[in-house]
Amino acid sequence: MITRTVRERGSYLLFLIPGALLLIAVILVPFVMNVGISFTRWQGVGDPQWTGLDNYTRLFGDSTFWSSFQHNLALVVAMAILPTAAGLVVAAALFDVIGKRFGPRAASVLRACVYLPQVLPVAVAGIVWSWILAPQGALNEFLGLAGLGFLAQNWLGDPDIALWSVMGVLLWIQLGYPVVIFMAGLQRADPSLHEAAELDGASWWGRFWHVTVPQIRPEVFVVLLTCTIAALKVFGPIYVLTRGGPGGATNVPSYFSFQNFFEKTQVGYGAAIATVLTVLILVLTAVFLKVQNRGERA
Amino acid sequence: MKRHAVLWSLIVLAVAMLAPFVIVALNALKTPAQYASGGPLALPTDITFQGIADFWDRVDFGRKLLNSFIISGSVAVLAVVVSVLNAYALGIGRVRGRLWILIAFLVANTLPQEAMVYPLYFLAKVTGLYDTQLSVIVIFTIVQAAFGTYLLTSTYAGFPHELLEAARIDGANKWQVLVRIVVPVSRPTLGVLFVFSFIWTWNEFFLPLVLLISNDTQTVPVALGVLQGQRLMDATMTSASALLGVIPAIVFFLIFQRTLTRGITAGAVK
Repeated sequence: MITRTVRERGSYLLFLIPGALLLIAVILVPFVMNVGISFTRWQGVGDPQWTGLDNYTRLFGDSTFWSSFQHNLALVVAMAILPTAAGLVVAAALFDVIGKRFGPRAASVLRACVYLPQVLPVAVAGIVWSWILAPQGALNEFLGLAGLGFLAQNWLGDPDIALWSVMGVLLWIQLGYPVVIFMAGLQRADPSLHEAAELDGASWWGRFWHVTVPQIRPEVFVVLLTCTIAALKVFGPIYVLTRGGPGGATNVPSYFSFQNFFEKTQVGYGAAIATVLTVLILVLTAVFLKVQNRGERA
Repeated sequence: MKRHAVLWSLIVLAVAMLAPFVIVALNALKTPAQYASGGPLALPTDITFQGIADFWDRVDFGRKLLNSFIISGSVAVLAVVVSVLNAYALGIGRVRGRLWILIAFLVANTLPQEAMVYPLYFLAKVTGLYDTQLSVIVIFTIVQAAFGTYLLTSTYAGFPHELLEAARIDGANKWQVLVRIVVPVSRPTLGVLFVFSFIWTWNEFFLPLVLLISNDTQTVPVALGVLQGQRLMDATMTSASALLGVIPAIVFFLIFQRTLTRGITAGAVK
């Protein structure tokens, strides 16, 4: 009987073969190769030259590298922290006020409007915005018509402002995701708690903070984790909006590694940047999952 | 009164979210001369599709659409198949070490593409797959299947046991159980997975940008992104290009909403 179950289970392994082969060929082998390349000096042609940790020591002294990570932190704010905070308020308002007083149809139409940017290819969203934010673009024109012409800027061309503009665009792209996830979470939440708090005379804000948010904590965790990872990987919007410029003011590790791979052909150095980025993402994922596990057990 | 304030602020938010789409559409329908005289915010006085048609011809947009459909469609089908096979072994077959196998797929889904891109580029050149749609299809099949495996394994772990037992007693082998019982019963979830894989692949930019360089292979986002980067287009043509990029996304969005609702209600009825 035991041998039979073992054989039973064993033959299920056959079903894993296509997935496992693809995983090894497309993800695992290239990833290991990338780590290997990061210990070499290589132009992409000829033989790579083993240089040990040289790329990494150079990396830690490279101010472009450090500033690219600082920009990445700003993008985490724009893509994870702000959308989560705003998403909570918008989702709760849609669910509590709009859904209950104006009908679910109104709530779902408004939700769809907020979610729409999420389905755009990021490259296309970048084109839309680079055109709106151009010096003669729609935003400056709008400010002029509104009598706020003095606020007009070269939104993407001014090194002091470009990062803020990129953050604004990413917030616009990202907001719909937490709203949709949180609204689904609120549907799962227990309404009686909410009603009890209302009878006790708790303010809307009090109910929001002490009843609503704790109930959808798993969703908040998932959104924070996935959005933070997405922010660390941002490439498309930077490529289309600013190409990391002006003067590196919006460079991020992802784009910085791309530049080294394909523009400067410093493949070993690019591989080192990508490896550091990967380690950072994996550590962050592990920490998040650990904290979430502890939170669930408590 | 207060709830009307909430309603109005949410309407303002919705309008702000939609405004970029409206502005793009307005300007895509103008002539360059009209744009020059009225600026980006004026309403088009006589609507013209010339800018859109010019852009369409210039980038051979029909070809780009076809490329995107071939790549995203193939990936969606293959990713669902691979996910089903994986999840069948992990969730129903409960093979040994399944937790670690699942973690391997999850990590694969989390790894940044930057950490694979150069070796993939290099290997594609060595194997002659560089600048072919096949290379992108193979890569994204496993990228999307990594997510699909995770999603489906939890679904299959809770698969009704009686159904499987009944089929086995009738003498069905594992393959027949999969094809006749598991796949039909989980069709709604597979539909959701198909749609997600399709849209995510359609929207991918980084790896297709590196691997697809010729006009005959490029996808819609890559073609538009590269053209934008060259900064050769005037304002009306840029908005025409943006509009052409936006339209398929909105079409998918409408289909996607229905599928998702169908998936959720089907799951609830179970």
